[in-house]
Amino acid sequence: MKIVIIDYGAGNIQSIMFAIKRLGFEAVLSHDADEIRNADKVIFPGVGEASSAMVKLRATGLDKVIPTLKQPVLGICLGMQLMCHSSEEGNTEGLGIFDLDVVKFSNAVKVPQIGWNQISDLKSRLFTNIPQKSHIYLVHSFYAPIGVETIATSEYDVEYSAALQKDNFYGVQFHPEKSSNIGSEILQNFLNL
Amino acid sequence: MLTKRIIPCLDIKNGRTVKGINFVDLRDAGDPVELASIYAKEGADELVFLDISATEEKRKTLAELVYHVAETINIPFTVGGGISSVEDVDILLKNGADKVSINSSAVKRPELINELVAKFGSQCIVVAIDAKQIDGQWKVHLVGGKVPTELDLFEWAKEVEKRGAGEILFTSMDHDGTKNGFANKALAELSKLVNIPVIASGGAGTITHFTDTFKDGKADAALAASVFHFKEIEINTLKQELKEEGIPVRI
Repeated sequence: MKIVIIDYGAGNIQSIMFAIKRLGFEAVLSHDADEIRNADKVIFPGVGEASSAMVKLRATGLDKVIPTLKQPVLGICLGMQLMCHSSEEGNTEGLGIFDLDVVKFSNAVKVPQIGWNQISDLKSRLFTNIPQKSHIYLVHSFYAPIGVETIATSEYDVEYSAALQKDNFYGVQFHPEKSSNIGSEILQNFLNL
Repeated sequence: MLTKRIIPCLDIKNGRTVKGINFVDLRDAGDPVELASIYAKEGADELVFLDISATEEKRKTLAELVYHVAETINIPFTVGGGISSVEDVDILLKNGADKVSINSSAVKRPELINELVAKFGSQCIVVAIDAKQIDGQWKVHLVGGKVPTELDLFEWAKEVEKRGAGEILFTSMDHDGTKNGFANKALAELSKLVNIPVIASGGAGTITHFTDTFKDGKADAALAASVFHFKEIEINTLKQELKEEGIPVRI
């Protein structure tokens, strides 16, 4: 199985590489459109700021490549947020795969949300054999609200989308690579798609 | 619901754990990677590695250690100790650290916080603050609490937040090593003052101390070293008891 992690200079991808290695697979890092199109699975990582990440994606033309991919694609954290219609972080347009606008948590809670929260209302093959209310690790200040594409919810300040899916596109707000054994199982489920 | 985090801290010197460790099931008590994976299995929510070595080789050794920890464990971890530049942080994050913590270097040059946040994002920048009370005033201290400054703990915490830090790790030098409980009054005040997570450190001796720091100190996470290393408190027992006290934890 060929697994490609999209390389656009955003954030720390070493942990994702290691998580995949622990599952017995090798992932390659690439920004080459053909190599990405030919992969069996594509992971779209992201740590950092939304508008500058979009600038990087546009500069490399990856903003046009990603929405046309046909194989299973998994956006992680900022990767998931960039797959949405827009983000309040730096007021940027996103890739428009998910029809949701990413907004910031209010000051009623501590921002960023850092730590382990629970996922509920799980409804996708991504969560095969994952119990409701499983704990997952998150670090984020912005969130995607609930929409028709929501396949897992979580609660902090408000109820928000912990995961999204539209056709072959999947996105998780949490870090499966850092979410202990539950996270590994979710990654394995993605590789099984 | 967001849970309260339990964070064991490992002191590292030249790539090895320093504090005496009482783990019978450890093959190599000085191997931070093995200790880290045991803590991860026992239910630690996060780990902190504090590098106290001061050799020329430091950077390379620490980067290698970070790489092996990231390769082995599947929970987040923070690395601190002597970090003073964008390049220092870049190397650690590239090797798989999730967050870095800066301390004295931020006090000496507060702009460092802004620079790191601009380059890497708030989510991975923890500012560690060591403080102790002098004439009833909480004053920030440097070099592991040895050198006092004129900085007020609360003012510094506010500034750190304003400059974009994602988290504050507050160690009370008055409580550290006493095993008499955390500095809950100061912690509660900090938590009210800033809107970023606060990690309590210094003073853990019993399970009740953890309960108190979450309830009275309003801490978002609690860090400890020796009580875990010497197995005076087992992480899974601690979390079970916290749960019974109505504190949300990951079990």
